[in-house]
Amino acid sequence: MNEYKLIADHLIYEYNKGTAQARKALDDVSFVLRSGEFVGLIGHTGSGKSTLVQHLVALLKPDSGTIYYEGADIFEKDYNRKALRGKVGLVFQYPEYQLFEETVLSEVSYGPKNMGMDKKEAELAAYAAIKRVGLEDECFDQSPFDLSGGQKRRVAIASVLAMKPEILILDEPTAGLDPAGRTELLDMIKELKDKEGITIVLVSHSMDDVAEAADRIIVMDKGKIIYDDEPRAVFTHIEELEAMGLGAPEMSYVLHELKAAGLPVDVNAITLKEAKEEILRALA
Amino acid sequence: MIRDITLGQYYQADSVVHRLDPRTKLLGTLVYLISLFVFTKAWVFVAAATFLLICIFLSKVPFSYMLKGLKPILFILLFTLVLNMLFTKGTVLVSWWKFSITEEGLKQAGYMGTRLILLILGSNLMTLTTTPTRLTNAMEHVMKPLKVIHVPVHEIAMMMSIALRFIPILLEETDRIMKAQLARGADFESGNIIKKAKSFIPVLVPLFISAFRRANDLAMAMEARCYHGGNGRTQYRPLKYKGRDFAAYILLLIYLAAVIVIGKFLNL
Ligand SMILES: Nc1ncnc2c1ncn2[C@@H]1O[C@H](COP(=O)(O)OP(=O)(O)O)[C@@H](O)[C@H]1O
Ligand SMILES: [Mg+2]
Repeated sequence: MNEYKLIADHLIYEYNKGTAQARKALDDVSFVLRSGEFVGLIGHTGSGKSTLVQHLVALLKPDSGTIYYEGADIFEKDYNRKALRGKVGLVFQYPEYQLFEETVLSEVSYGPKNMGMDKKEAELAAYAAIKRVGLEDECFDQSPFDLSGGQKRRVAIASVLAMKPEILILDEPTAGLDPAGRTELLDMIKELKDKEGITIVLVSHSMDDVAEAADRIIVMDKGKIIYDDEPRAVFTHIEELEAMGLGAPEMSYVLHELKAAGLPVDVNAITLKEAKEEILRALA
Repeated sequence: MIRDITLGQYYQADSVVHRLDPRTKLLGTLVYLISLFVFTKAWVFVAAATFLLICIFLSKVPFSYMLKGLKPILFILLFTLVLNMLFTKGTVLVSWWKFSITEEGLKQAGYMGTRLILLILGSNLMTLTTTPTRLTNAMEHVMKPLKVIHVPVHEIAMMMSIALRFIPILLEETDRIMKAQLARGADFESGNIIKKAKSFIPVLVPLFISAFRRANDLAMAMEARCYHGGNGRTQYRPLKYKGRDFAAYILLLIYLAAVIVIGKFLNL
């Protein structure tokens, strides 16, 4: 029991229930999150990823099934859901559109203040979070609206990090970033797990985003969980993944092509580093 | 949450009411709304309710869904009922302390309540069965004669259609931003009214910014496609009356005749 931080138990959820536009967004979804792991949640657009993560912080209530956080049912009547949102932090997709404060520091202090910290505590937490996401000191007093797109996104992530969550869920954090910004952001997220032991759930529609860092990959399609396994095992189902519009990381394709061209490489390498070593070994 | 507001949103279904020409529905609704205010007689309301029920039945919009549209006006409705009940003079039925309920008051409240409910249901039925584009298209047609006195009919219609088009988008956006702030520990429910109002600042600021951004993008996109107002603009699908529209107009006339006969000549 202790090992499982969060358990999702047979979640079913339908939007616009009882109308002509009704559609099942979650169809019997169950999984667990363990303390300190890095999980990639992958699925094509519309597969129900965002719906699922909103359930995890009790922003949506399942039609049936429930979620346990540290053994407690979060949809129980008296459960403190506000406190839960401090412990399970959710960064929405395009989080820069939620910014509203005059300075970056007060923006990032908003969450901690809501969690009941006093001004000083909140600003200290905000300070640490802003540093953590790699923003410079001169940003503190700037208006968040004057920052670049990538910086705004960091501010938004910091605003959740400042609440000191134990689990951090990021909904498509790399959407709309340039390649360099994307790599930097993914590295930073990995560091959060490695250095501070924060459990990470990274939502994405691209295998490349999660192939390197994730300990485990959950694949969703049409509201159902199709695979829930370690990356290597998931990537063996390459045909099924392609049928869902997903595919494997780019590296897999390169290795498959090389093998087809007659180079004796092992096609199971998934990260850039592994692939490089594999190719060098095959050439030697 | 906020998406539950059905007012003014289109309900997709395949029914004869959906397929009616929007002008028919617009004029029909207008006539219907006026008919509610001309006579204050119980049987007129019975006729009006029957007519509306038939239309709702034909539209295939579930009745429970229609009732949901009354939710936002529940407060106004109760308020009107209580005011009418307590402050109409006449034969006293019950009284305690300074308040008394009179027979006339009860009647008045009943009429006002029915009127309000039919008014909302009737106009909701139109917006539920007509897409905003078609609705404003109809308005533009109906208002065309005003062009003679230099009323910018096309521009007004375009503004309305854009506004209507953006209502669901803004509602969705509000829902999204509220959720995002809830995830940051926002609390929209507890505290006194000032605290509550303050708690909405983190929703309103991003909402306004996004609305302005969208308006800007839209204006740019329209200009890039050479939009320059209504002059010489043709339509992809011009409105055309069909057989069912004439049937609808005849039904409307029958209803109107019934209301006038009941209201003016019958003494029920
Ligand atoms: N607010 C909403 N109202 C109605 N339907 C929605 C809403 N949000 C998502 N959906 C629908 O639910 C399904 C799952 O959506 P979502 O969870 O956003 O998927 P993903 O994040 O994987 O792209 C989609 O079919 C989408 O159209
Ligand atoms: Mg999504």
